[in-house]
Amino acid sequence: MNFTLKIWRQKDAKSQGAFETYKVENISADTSFLEMMDILNNDLIHKGEEPVAFDHDCREGICGMCSMHINGHAHGPSQAVTTCQMYMRKFQDGSTITIEPWRSAAFPVIRDLVVDRSAYDKILQAGGFISVRTNSVPDGNAIPIPKADADESMDAAACVGCGACAATCKNGSAMLFVAARVSSLAKLPQGKVEGARRAKAMVAKMDELGFGNCTNTGACQAQCPKSISIAHIARLNREFLAAKLKD
Amino acid sequence: MGCFLTNSSVGKKVVMSVSGCFLVLFILFHMAMNLTMLFSPEGYDMVCEFLGANWYALVGTVILAVGVLVHFVYAFILTIDNYRARGKQRYAVTVQEKGVSWASKNMLVLGIIVILGLGLHLVHFWSEMQLQEILGKTTTTVGGYEVHATSGAAIMMITFSKWYNVVLYLVWFAALWFHLTHGVWSMFQSVGAANDTWYPRLKLTSNVIATLVFLGFAAVVIFCYIQANETTIAELGATQIEDVKVFE
Repeated sequence: MNFTLKIWRQKDAKSQGAFETYKVENISADTSFLEMMDILNNDLIHKGEEPVAFDHDCREGICGMCSMHINGHAHGPSQAVTTCQMYMRKFQDGSTITIEPWRSAAFPVIRDLVVDRSAYDKILQAGGFISVRTNSVPDGNAIPIPKADADESMDAAACVGCGACAATCKNGSAMLFVAARVSSLAKLPQGKVEGARRAKAMVAKMDELGFGNCTNTGACQAQCPKSISIAHIARLNREFLAAKLKD
Repeated sequence: MGCFLTNSSVGKKVVMSVSGCFLVLFILFHMAMNLTMLFSPEGYDMVCEFLGANWYALVGTVILAVGVLVHFVYAFILTIDNYRARGKQRYAVTVQEKGVSWASKNMLVLGIIVILGLGLHLVHFWSEMQLQEILGKTTTTVGGYEVHATSGAAIMMITFSKWYNVVLYLVWFAALWFHLTHGVWSMFQSVGAANDTWYPRLKLTSNVIATLVFLGFAAVVIFCYIQANETTIAELGATQIEDVKVFE
């Protein structure tokens, strides 16, 4: 397969970026998107040009590092997968693919397709943890947890923190990410204890870092590689309001 | 410090939700009131008289105006916040995500159309009715007729005898329909009263409420347009001013 790639190139955070056009040829349909990017970079290096900088790590959809906006979709047109799990067979042979970095005021571009997502780390540091001692792994049935609660907590915990939600949201809102973290802990007895403090601290940090306000469009859940539901946002709203009303 | 309703993203959405809920309830009341017109114009005039410049109606009007203002001002505050959060650099390619309604991404534009329609509506009706009473007048002049300020039926009939008013009001109701299809379920989501089981039910409720509001208001406007002629307007107590030809 052959493709024309329109890729955002930007030297560093302060430079003005622009789209550059590249051609990649003889790409097998079973090549992953990131492998295709590797092939392009190999070509560029052989030609003595600067390779395209992009984030990647595990390449199996669990680390949340890959972060490309491809043809208008966060992580590309495939549903419920990260960029690394998307294959070139998903694209039309001979087509033009536009690749952009995440666009959000809280995620500044560092270089080419790499953005600074440390804002998410800061939100986590504000409250996305449990500070009670849980010791070593307990016996499976030592703390009874209803199956439905455990499932819901796990669904939320599937969030890989890739930033697709804020990058997709027209308001640059990080609510789906914050909600997933708050929800996964709030549904378990170990996390529930600090639920009120956590919801308040994480929302305050999210607002402080300049993320926008959720307007319930649901674009985040449509583009989330882990299909996290906006029902978790409703839970975050509940947790936050209940905590504030008790103050 | 300040209150979470003014300084937190979740709190600001609660204000939008509660003020929006209040406005939806008012709209449903107003629609029910208008429907009286379909089977009894005299009954409708009685409602208008009851809601004239009496102290309770005036208090209600002020509370309603505050509700509209809060919803409107917060909408702009949230939109400015969100515009900043989105950043200066925009995507070159965007798509309409699956399952994301057009209305949900255009609530401000729809809201502005609703506000403009409200302005027109206030000029057409409120300024000829409650305002005239506040100013101490009992009659007013509408479209070449002299009518009593509480003759809502006659004022409505005269206003909607003009096709362009009918079109403008239908556009207004259509914008309101779109606004409500997202707004109604959204007000539950913003206060946390929603989950995956309830989303289909809440969205259905939104569509039902939006459609009822549209049909209820539109029915009365169209009814007036069809019914309006010299005889029906005269029967509603309006006196034609000499030398002004309303109907050719």
